[in-house]
Amino acid sequence: MAFKNEEDKKAYWRENLALMAKLLIVWFVVSFGCGILLVDLLDQIQLFGFKLGFWFAQQGAIYVFVALIFIYMYKMNQLDKRYGVDEE
Amino acid sequence: MDVQILTFIIVGASFALYIAIAIWARAGSTQEFYVAGGGVHPIANGMATAADWMSAASFISMAGLISFMGYDGAVYLLGWTGGYVLLALCLAPYLRKFGKFTVPDFIGDRYYSQTARTVAVVCAIFVCFTYVAGQMRGVGVVFSRFLEVDIVTGVVIGMAIVFFYTVLGGMKGITYTQVAQYCVLIFAYLVPAVFISILATGHVLPQTGFGATLADGSGVYLLDKLDGLSTQLGFNEYTSGTKGTFDVFCITAALMVGTAGLPHVIVRFFTVPKVRDARKSAGWALLFIAILYTTAPSIAAFARVNMIETINGPSISDQAGTGTPHSEAPSWITSWEKTGLISWDDKNQDGNMFYSGDERNEMHVDRDIIVMANPEIANLPAWVIALVAAGGIAAALSTSAGLLLVISTSVSHDLLKRNLMPNISDKKELFYARLAAGVAIVIAGYFGVNPPGFVAQVVAFAFGLAASSFFPAIILGIFMKRMNDKGAISGMLAGIGFTAAYIIYFKFVNPAANVSENWWFGVSPEGIGAIGMLVNFAVALLVFKMTKEAPQEIQQLVEDIRYPKGAGEATAH
Repeated sequence: MAFKNEEDKKAYWRENLALMAKLLIVWFVVSFGCGILLVDLLDQIQLFGFKLGFWFAQQGAIYVFVALIFIYMYKMNQLDKRYGVDEE
Repeated sequence: MDVQILTFIIVGASFALYIAIAIWARAGSTQEFYVAGGGVHPIANGMATAADWMSAASFISMAGLISFMGYDGAVYLLGWTGGYVLLALCLAPYLRKFGKFTVPDFIGDRYYSQTARTVAVVCAIFVCFTYVAGQMRGVGVVFSRFLEVDIVTGVVIGMAIVFFYTVLGGMKGITYTQVAQYCVLIFAYLVPAVFISILATGHVLPQTGFGATLADGSGVYLLDKLDGLSTQLGFNEYTSGTKGTFDVFCITAALMVGTAGLPHVIVRFFTVPKVRDARKSAGWALLFIAILYTTAPSIAAFARVNMIETINGPSISDQAGTGTPHSEAPSWITSWEKTGLISWDDKNQDGNMFYSGDERNEMHVDRDIIVMANPEIANLPAWVIALVAAGGIAAALSTSAGLLLVISTSVSHDLLKRNLMPNISDKKELFYARLAAGVAIVIAGYFGVNPPGFVAQVVAFAFGLAASSFFPAIILGIFMKRMNDKGAISGMLAGIGFTAAYIIYFKFVNPAANVSENWWFGVSPEGIGAIGMLVNFAVALLVFKMTKEAPQEIQQLVEDIRYPKGAGEATAH
């Protein structure tokens, strides 16, 4: 199975890039944003025993990272199927 | 049973397991030797990748570093996990589709240039050797402390084991051994953490335990208590950092991008059958890594409190203790004193030990012992201590094996087959791969026994190099199909040159000047790889503007790796 035509191919790549961009924005916001740049601000909020900024830097961002990769996997598999390029 | 006998039994049993797996999974062809025949299940591959990636540094040193750095320790946590997101989204699927064995292979073919290939081979070999020397040293330290053999014997035993299954099994043997090693190391890491978390806060999960209130009935949050103790003893507040924000930003970025550019991690994604499996593997790998990485900061915080209270005596309400007699010191202090990693200097001659961040301090505690000493500090049973020793060795061995394999493929495949002797047979190539692995182990062992005094510095060097060389070249190679050979090569050279010069200047030429006032924009040598990466991108794009774009068939090739399958004719490559 291949792409039906050139337009499909271009569209597939565009959607791929758009998905990547969205996920990378989240990636940047939770790590560099919440964990580093905004840490002092978020530290004023306390959640149980954690200051929020500290929690993002040492725990939260890592959970989000794992979720991001699985979301990417799931979305890309869907995309492959929609364009008939999945490898089954 | 005493700790030493238990350690012998548990470490010995784990070795027997690794060897049995190696014999079961022998490699018969170069395909199996280099990439396990491309037939490894994504979950198994995820575990193997996790074990490969989590070295003695992650297992032995990281929690200790965080314990001493507090908030600033986040650079390691974020850097070493965040890099996986980049790897999974921007590199892994495309490199898998490209379908070659190694990173220099990609660089060489994509940029149609032997020079590019050679630059990449040299970087790959350097990065890997740097790492592997540190691993061998880790094995030596564990052996010498827990089995009380000397460090040389420890390193030799470690070398022999790794030699056996790398040379025999290649990637196939390594992959399945690493699955076993992951199980050993994660179990060994979690057991003491769970024990300690339950003892201190009543929480089973260390991840929530270190944000909980103490179990002593005071209703005080653990981290609040730690902040209080730290301030009283003249340290910085535990939950806030001392490094500048921009420096933290750069170090994190350098570690992230360095992770994504490390050849022994990238090669992992060539071992699965399909592109979709490469995506899946990265997810599983990070999940398995995250289990350890979210536990580490919790171990760090618990260990910090336990250590302060053991040395200074229990704090009464919120007042820190004032010292305990050295003559009554617990056995972990005396046994680590023998290795020189803890020392006590009774400045005020009162016979008491006292630990603080100011001039009253009488203790030197090496960061590397925190994880290894942790079970003893918390008075856990002897089998837990033995388990931690086995886990540390598993972490060091699994990473060494992965690195040695990259060194051996770089030599036999990239250097001999693709460069010097293109007509070599598959069997001959396999022989050279094994020979190279053997030689590499001996050299690595030598550095393990006689570590260059700067192992820790050189590790920062390796990350900076990977970040400033491979990453931009690979990213541009995938996402900018017109990027040409001249742009990529000059980018790599500029990136490496800049990063190396900065590090060498501050670490080796003029270490006295290595303070934040002298750093450019307050960026420490650890973080300069991030700037080096930008230099690489900038130079590559500039040179590209002035030279001819990549030839049509290369653009076709790049086009082809963007789609999982059936996207136009593949060109001869």
